[in-house]
Amino acid sequence: MSPEAANGELRIVTDRLVKRFGAFTAVDDVSFSVRRGEIMGFLGPNGAGKSTLIRMLCGLLRPTAGRAEVAGVDVARNPATVRANIGYMSQKFSLYSDLSVVENLRFFGGIYGVKGQRLTQRVEFAIEMAGLAGRADALVANLSGGWKQRLALGCAVLHQPPILFLDEPTTGVDPTSRRRFWDLIYSLAEEGVTILVTTHYMDEAEYCNRIALINQGRLVAMGSPSELKGGAIQGRLLLVECDDAGPLLEALETAPGVRDAAPFGSSLHLLVDDPAADVPRIEQFLAARGLAWRRVEPIKPTLEDVFVQLVGARRPGEATP
Amino acid sequence: MKARRVKAIAKKELIQVWRDPRSLMIALLMPLMQMTLLGYGVSLDIKHIPVCAFDREASERSESLLKRFQASIYFRVVESSRSYGALTDALDYGRCKMGVVIPPDFSERLANLGTAPVQVVLDATDDNTANIGLGYAQEVVDGFSSDVQVVAAQRQGAVAQNEPVSLQSRVWFNEDLNSRNFVIPGVVAMVLALVGAQLTSLTISREWERGTMEVLISTPVTRFELMVGKILPYFAIGMLDAALCLTLAVFWFEVPFRGALATLFFTTSLFLVVVLSVGYFISVAIRSQIGASQIALLVTMMPTVLLSGFTFPIDQMPWPIQAVTYLVHSRYYVTILKAIFLKGAGLIELGMPILLLALYAMAVAFLAARAFRKTLD
Repeated sequence: MSPEAANGELRIVTDRLVKRFGAFTAVDDVSFSVRRGEIMGFLGPNGAGKSTLIRMLCGLLRPTAGRAEVAGVDVARNPATVRANIGYMSQKFSLYSDLSVVENLRFFGGIYGVKGQRLTQRVEFAIEMAGLAGRADALVANLSGGWKQRLALGCAVLHQPPILFLDEPTTGVDPTSRRRFWDLIYSLAEEGVTILVTTHYMDEAEYCNRIALINQGRLVAMGSPSELKGGAIQGRLLLVECDDAGPLLEALETAPGVRDAAPFGSSLHLLVDDPAADVPRIEQFLAARGLAWRRVEPIKPTLEDVFVQLVGARRPGEATP
Repeated sequence: MKARRVKAIAKKELIQVWRDPRSLMIALLMPLMQMTLLGYGVSLDIKHIPVCAFDREASERSESLLKRFQASIYFRVVESSRSYGALTDALDYGRCKMGVVIPPDFSERLANLGTAPVQVVLDATDDNTANIGLGYAQEVVDGFSSDVQVVAAQRQGAVAQNEPVSLQSRVWFNEDLNSRNFVIPGVVAMVLALVGAQLTSLTISREWERGTMEVLISTPVTRFELMVGKILPYFAIGMLDAALCLTLAVFWFEVPFRGALATLFFTTSLFLVVVLSVGYFISVAIRSQIGASQIALLVTMMPTVLLSGFTFPIDQMPWPIQAVTYLVHSRYYVTILKAIFLKGAGLIELGMPILLLALYAMAVAFLAARAFRKTLD
């Protein structure tokens, strides 16, 4: 056991975790650890195994092989202890729509054994946090998406769990609400809460202390956003700005020196080895074919470039081809 | 088991029932409707059997025999036919269940031979009605015969002889032989079995369907806490239903109540635990509300109607079927209710069925709690 694990700094540890459903391997040999107060993001396309992983860590699914420890406790052996120490927001909205805001909060308070003065305070805090002041008696069914998600977070942290699992918490929420939601996550992490969050939004992944890229159940890369952007791609990126990316993309895929070409908004990103030599070569290549472009220049990779290069998906929201 | 968690679940469940019109209907309106419908609908009494008379003599004698049929509460002469064909028609078309044929030489034979045959034709598609009708017809004819004998004896100046053996009958427990007194306690048992299982059959499947179960099982709540918390509010509703049904039985259907309220309360509680656990068990096993509700209806309705002794007496069944009835929960409660209502039985007389019902309650509750697994696997 490492010194970090011994003094309880490592709050989540998995060791070669595997989950199979019949012949399908949803999570394949995944090992990682998360420190206290860290925000760990799992980024991957739908069906990559993110939810399965979280469910195993919450004790909702039994690992086929490997081990998972949460708050220093083996999840498979002692799920009850783990459950008392975690908060969980599932991907699907899971509060009671036919109960009011305050009834939902009090219900989870009762389930987690929060009582008396503390319950009153925590319920008030959660209502404040979710921005639901004045709507405490509204039925949850009548709330909009952003409110619902913040209330779900409020319910998940009502008992002040040291570890929080959030499975795509901001899916279907407008950008302003997403920003607010992440402010809440930051403030929880500052208080020392360990947070494991899955997402398929690139901008959200940038907010995490560390990111694990996951594809087809396998851990593809792991590191801080800047580490990933700096070191995960072999080669350099060129930006090709143009008006009509379609014909250029087709042509450049076979151009000399271009290892990969991918659309990026209305422009293209190319992966090359030597920008100094490749920029003029590409300009010549395009001119020779009568294709129009505005500008070709070296750029720093974004997280999306890393994702595209490592996972091979066009966009993390889409399944890999 | 933590009381706080049980309370949180029970309270949540109660709020949900209160806000869901469908649950409220099942909880309060269904028992009322079933009690009235079944209470009036299920009657095993056979009265006013429609009779077709074919009087081939049409004499004073033959008419006096027919008048006896008419005077009996068991028969109503609704048709008189002029031919066998018309009589057959009356039975074929279901206008009558019984035909009485008096021969053309009825009076003559009585006077000369001292005996005359009367034919009774019965529609035995419902063998029970036919059997009972035959019995009552025999009674009417016997009564007529003995009067004829008395009159004949007096004519010859002799004193009428007494019958050598006469039956002195006393009917116990249901003195009026009113089948309603026998049926209504069974109806109460059936309504409680149905409503109880319906109520809890939705409780777990609803959480799966609405997606609330996933987070619920990620909390420290144990399966026993979940079961107790889920069943408690329905137990309260079930007791309310029981009070409603039993009040209707006593004050509306006027079934005599001879037992103690405490015995009734205790045994009814026990029965409710059984039916609610059955519904909960189904809800755990079947994750859709519609499916769970259908199965709950199927497994409570059929056995209760056929095998609980509510309509067909258990001791008349062949032994393999009798053995099966021990698996039918309402069997015990039907026995208990009838005994409390009509015989005024107490806890001691009912020791055996109460013990069996208690064992049943424990077994089902145990299985139901165990069937629930806090995983998504």
